[in-house]
Amino acid sequence: MNPAPSIVFFTVASGAGYGLLFWLGILRPLGLVPGGALFGATSCGLALVLVMLGLLSSTAHLGRPERAWRALSQWRSSWLSREGVAAVATFVPAGLFFIAMVGGNEGLAAPMGLLSAVGATVTVYCTGMIYASLKTIRQWHHPLVTPGYLLFGAFSGAALLAMLAGFWGAAAAPAAIAAVLGALAFALKRAYWASVDAAPPIATAESATGLGFIGKVRPLDPPHTETNYLLREMAFRIGRVHAKRLRGIASVAGFAAPTVLLLLTLLLGGVPAGMLAFAAAALALAGMLAERWLMFAEATHTVTLYYGGEARG
Amino acid sequence: MTSLPEAKPGAKKLGLVIDLDTCVGCQACATNCKEWNTSGHMAPLPDRNPYSAGAEGVWFNRVHSYEAGEGEDGRTVHFPRSCLHCETPACVTVCPTGASYKRAEDGIVLVNTDMCIGCQLCAWACPYGAREFDDDQGVMKKCTLCVDRIYNETIPEDRRVPACVSTCPANARHFGDLGDPESAVSKLVAERGGVELMPELGYKPVNRYLPPRRAPKPDAGPPKEAGPLPSQITNPLLRWVDKVLSR
Repeated sequence: MNPAPSIVFFTVASGAGYGLLFWLGILRPLGLVPGGALFGATSCGLALVLVMLGLLSSTAHLGRPERAWRALSQWRSSWLSREGVAAVATFVPAGLFFIAMVGGNEGLAAPMGLLSAVGATVTVYCTGMIYASLKTIRQWHHPLVTPGYLLFGAFSGAALLAMLAGFWGAAAAPAAIAAVLGALAFALKRAYWASVDAAPPIATAESATGLGFIGKVRPLDPPHTETNYLLREMAFRIGRVHAKRLRGIASVAGFAAPTVLLLLTLLLGGVPAGMLAFAAAALALAGMLAERWLMFAEATHTVTLYYGGEARG
Repeated sequence: MTSLPEAKPGAKKLGLVIDLDTCVGCQACATNCKEWNTSGHMAPLPDRNPYSAGAEGVWFNRVHSYEAGEGEDGRTVHFPRSCLHCETPACVTVCPTGASYKRAEDGIVLVNTDMCIGCQLCAWACPYGAREFDDDQGVMKKCTLCVDRIYNETIPEDRRVPACVSTCPANARHFGDLGDPESAVSKLVAERGGVELMPELGYKPVNRYLPPRRAPKPDAGPPKEAGPLPSQITNPLLRWVDKVLSR
């Protein structure tokens, strides 16, 4: 599948933003992150900016962005519509959370924070289901895809919260959480890759053409001499050519290295801890971009069967 | 509404039956499809660089050619690919706007281009590559089963069939109601063992493909007696007779 930059950036940025909102909403009432107005406004502000930049970026993928509001209508059947509804709905408690923290209204901040955490979880779940519900792409129609979206969002959000809390000299709790999530994310992604590599194709050139009763089917003449939309969008090959190296970069730079840095943060404390948490968050986000790019680039669509391509391996 | 209409037994299911035995791969169906639809319901169908290198555009019908099997048992098969108007199309249910819909009255899957936001999720959801994106208008386009021909009272009744069907010189394309077991197309499918494409994905395509017939094995007959070589026949008249009859 073609890794459109707008979608790669959208899912990474909004995932991290919702992850940050989630952990702020949960950890703040527990007193595990600084409780002041400035920290609250900075963290919640960063989360909302990331979410809004992500949503804005996603509209760049639309042919008719001015009609984007229509996407809120079909929540009965469409995960994309549900994601839109959940994203818009989450802005309500998140906005109130922000205002309550700035105004020092703790009675409002705590419930709004928790509601924001719920909204963030639902939204990211819907994002994952958009991909996981597509049977045509076996690498996406996989039981670890939606848990992956949730875990990666939670991980990158926790890393961002650790970074911000590090500036206040209080990175311990979010850094510990982020380190655990980073290790889990590393394990999940490895398990996912092992599983998709071993899985059989969902369809074959023989079943796609109904000609299997004659024997093995191979293309003789393509229907067009130049490329077309289907091949550009759904027969992206560079990702699979370099898959091994890119997987290494994503899992080491995106998950393993930030996890180690976050563990060091716990040992060090003070200014070095803040700097390490910053580096960890930056690496985690960069790694998430690589992971997300790869998730598209490695995915094979059944339409390529008609062009003699991959949906086989 | 992108929820699917309730499936009723005996409901009309308009679709195509494509005979892979007689299709000669002439591309007439693809060409006439493009010709009709570039001024029809989903018009225009854009083309980029139509007269130079890098020519590409939106087509609703693409004719592939495949080889199947090996050696004497192998066959070359021409294979037109277009929307199969599935009974449970994922391209419809994934649509966030309601632009993509399946008609309750005849099962045709259509796009309302006035509502489409061009998110392209439907193209990802279709296993058959039936949907192609129009960069100029920023909306998704697809086969309409020539909805603007088959009900069109301004054209003669016998021509109210999809453009691809009307133009096929090999009579390899048939149009009709596959929901009615007594229709000509349903009988044809039953008689020839018509198949669904990628049935394992479960979208229940309506269109059917008639498999190529197996070439009859030539009857070998009793083994032929070996005759003398022409050089062994000394009589010139007999040699001439042998030569003529051996042709």
